[in-house]
Amino acid sequence: MAVFMPIVKGLIGAAIGFAIGGGISQLITSFTKEPATEPMIVLGYVFAVIGWLMGVGMWKVWGRQWFGKSTNNDPTGGWERYLRFNIDHKVIGIQYITSLVVVFLLAGVLAILIRVELMDAGQNIFTKNTYNTTMSLHGIMMIAVAVAAVMGGFSNFVLPLIIGAEDVAFPRVNALSFWIVPPVVVLLLLSPLFGGFDTGWTAYPPLATQTPIGGLLFELAFLTFGISSILGGMNFIATIVTQRAPGMTWGRLPIFAWSVLAASVISLTATQWVAYGLLMIIFERVFNMVFFSPPGGNALLYEHVFWFYSHPAVYIMILPAFGAELEIISHFARKPLFAYRWVVRAFALIVFLSFIVWAHHLFTSGMGENLHGPFMILTELISIPTGVIFLSALGTLWRSKLRLKVPLLFALGVVFNFSIGGLTGIFLADVATDIALQDTYFVVAHFHYTIMGGEIFAIFAAGYYWFPKITGRMYNETLGRIHFGLMFLFYNITFLAMFVPGTVGMNRRVAEYPPEFEFMNLVTSIAAFALGIAFLPWMYNMLNSWIRGPKAPDNPWDAKTLEWQTSSPPPLENFDEFPTVTGDPYGYGDESVIHAKFPNSTDAISAEGD
Amino acid sequence: MTNHVPHHVNHRFDALTINRLGLWLFLVSDASFFIALLSSRFFVVGTSTPEHVDQVLGLSLTILLLLSSLTAYRAEAAAEHGDLPNAKKMLLATIGMGIIFVFGVGYEWYEAFKHFPPSTGFGTVLFTLTGVHVTHVVTGVLTLGFVYFRIRKSKTIGDNQWAVEGAVKWWHFVDVAWVFIYPTLYLIK
Repeated sequence: MAVFMPIVKGLIGAAIGFAIGGGISQLITSFTKEPATEPMIVLGYVFAVIGWLMGVGMWKVWGRQWFGKSTNNDPTGGWERYLRFNIDHKVIGIQYITSLVVVFLLAGVLAILIRVELMDAGQNIFTKNTYNTTMSLHGIMMIAVAVAAVMGGFSNFVLPLIIGAEDVAFPRVNALSFWIVPPVVVLLLLSPLFGGFDTGWTAYPPLATQTPIGGLLFELAFLTFGISSILGGMNFIATIVTQRAPGMTWGRLPIFAWSVLAASVISLTATQWVAYGLLMIIFERVFNMVFFSPPGGNALLYEHVFWFYSHPAVYIMILPAFGAELEIISHFARKPLFAYRWVVRAFALIVFLSFIVWAHHLFTSGMGENLHGPFMILTELISIPTGVIFLSALGTLWRSKLRLKVPLLFALGVVFNFSIGGLTGIFLADVATDIALQDTYFVVAHFHYTIMGGEIFAIFAAGYYWFPKITGRMYNETLGRIHFGLMFLFYNITFLAMFVPGTVGMNRRVAEYPPEFEFMNLVTSIAAFALGIAFLPWMYNMLNSWIRGPKAPDNPWDAKTLEWQTSSPPPLENFDEFPTVTGDPYGYGDESVIHAKFPNSTDAISAEGD
Repeated sequence: MTNHVPHHVNHRFDALTINRLGLWLFLVSDASFFIALLSSRFFVVGTSTPEHVDQVLGLSLTILLLLSSLTAYRAEAAAEHGDLPNAKKMLLATIGMGIIFVFGVGYEWYEAFKHFPPSTGFGTVLFTLTGVHVTHVVTGVLTLGFVYFRIRKSKTIGDNQWAVEGAVKWWHFVDVAWVFIYPTLYLIK
């Protein structure tokens, strides 16, 4: 039981914190006659998070230093090291990945429930309110997975290794950004018990200011998650700038590191905007402010502020996914990454453009019509750098001898799915078609094609690709292929079928719909159930291989990048001897290109075979 | 158990440079938050400023905060030159002015409740902007306070060089934020 001590201490800390914060709030509000539940929850929650953090180990690792006392940040230990405030980036990566897998599965179950409800036109298992809460929860939980699984999970584990560093630039901040995620999950899971929230994950006012307490919990959770994202972004930028191995020039930086850098720039600056959007909602609820109510206020303010983050946020999701995809394609095609420099330029251009396209979400919201044209054109411009990334993938694949392993299969799946996602996006960027398609299942299908078909497939590609490095064991190739085959097939049926009712006007976010859409919805639902089953071989494969799988070699893919040049799993300091980078990470087919040398070893990394 | 100290292998950047970079990135991020705050003022109430805004108080608060930036700078410079007594004195002066500022905002709120409570457009903007800013001021005062107590008894600055520098940089940031908030709230007509 001793292994759970930090968690227990954290919970006790949270309880004490909530009592202190809630008490202060009650004391203050006892002077007014206003109802005081929501202020008490907000202030209590803030203190509870602090108490939780201190309890799980932040006090021991970090807090004591503020008072000039000695700290203990020993990251070693048995598996209890995963259950406390630990500053080792590999531990934090695994903490992120495993927690988000749980969130992913929970949100997946919610998706299945949604599809059960939508099997026929009437109302089945949900009331309208519980349906809305379910789809809102599914949305925000999947968004959390999409934002943090690559950026928090795989970047944390892989990024320091791939640039030849010992850890991230700020290991304690890194641990902090993980440990403020559990309160987010707890709040989201609690919210249905307090009336839920029927706003969808976008939380538009004025509805969002009128939801029950469950809505407030959701808003606090989202806000907290933003803090985690900001700190992570700051840490990754500082890591890439300062922690690269000697000789790792910008031109030799693996493309995955570039993509993480690009996404970090967005999460560092844009996330503040959604934080402000949610803060305004909370202020309007708690202090009766009038950001969104007449005469002065206007709900459009929230939509602008919200999408100023939430549109760039899809690039926080997709850019590292593209990075992982290109990384995998190059290593498995045994060819240098095609147009490497142009991909880096494309990342930079996407980061820039992502900040000036947000209002395409407001075409039907009553925004000034003079803004429609510019935002349409700016949005469509994004297809140019995205196209560059696709051309790089295709150019790398062109006339290569592919090693068709599971990671590559998923990476190819990204190329296929995101093409559909990207092409259907053009209709939503176009004002004329968007006015008809807005708020229909066309949008839902498009979004799932980009984020699930693009990013989640890339997460699975990354998961299989780095599984041997993370666990030190090999996964089962056959089960992996079965998982890919089922997931790819039923994923595409599910969401292609969704375009059909969307095109003829089936609204999203409704539990009941006109009976003429019934057939395609039944197809979608059945395919969605099969898609759910497709994850069973994956779950079995991951668990079984982690426990009983054959020991993985250090470099099972013959890849040149640095994370494969250390043992699997890597030692605490990542490398026994630290490398000096001497060349391109993708120099396959050219014996003279050596990516890195280790001081005391004679065998430098060069391309193997093929 | 010894501390797990990263960066002992690749000495291309020393710890101070990395800390500075981290703080600057955080300031960029926080500045982005203040841009959102400032823009909402124009969205909610446009450029109108009610007559009851206390111009004398606003100007006094601004002067006070700018003066505190000067003492903060003197504290950092003194610490850099190993002049600890002076650094402590200047830190205390900065903290003192920070606390007076917090009380000043408290008075401003007390007055504001009479003329434009939070349920009016201008009240919404005023309480949000000053509220978020005064929260930053409180964190600045707390940070400077921690730094003061850490160097209070020591004869040399030792490991606390960065502590002083980081806290002072944070204080400057809080001041600069006010320099943008002040005209946005008080001076625009």
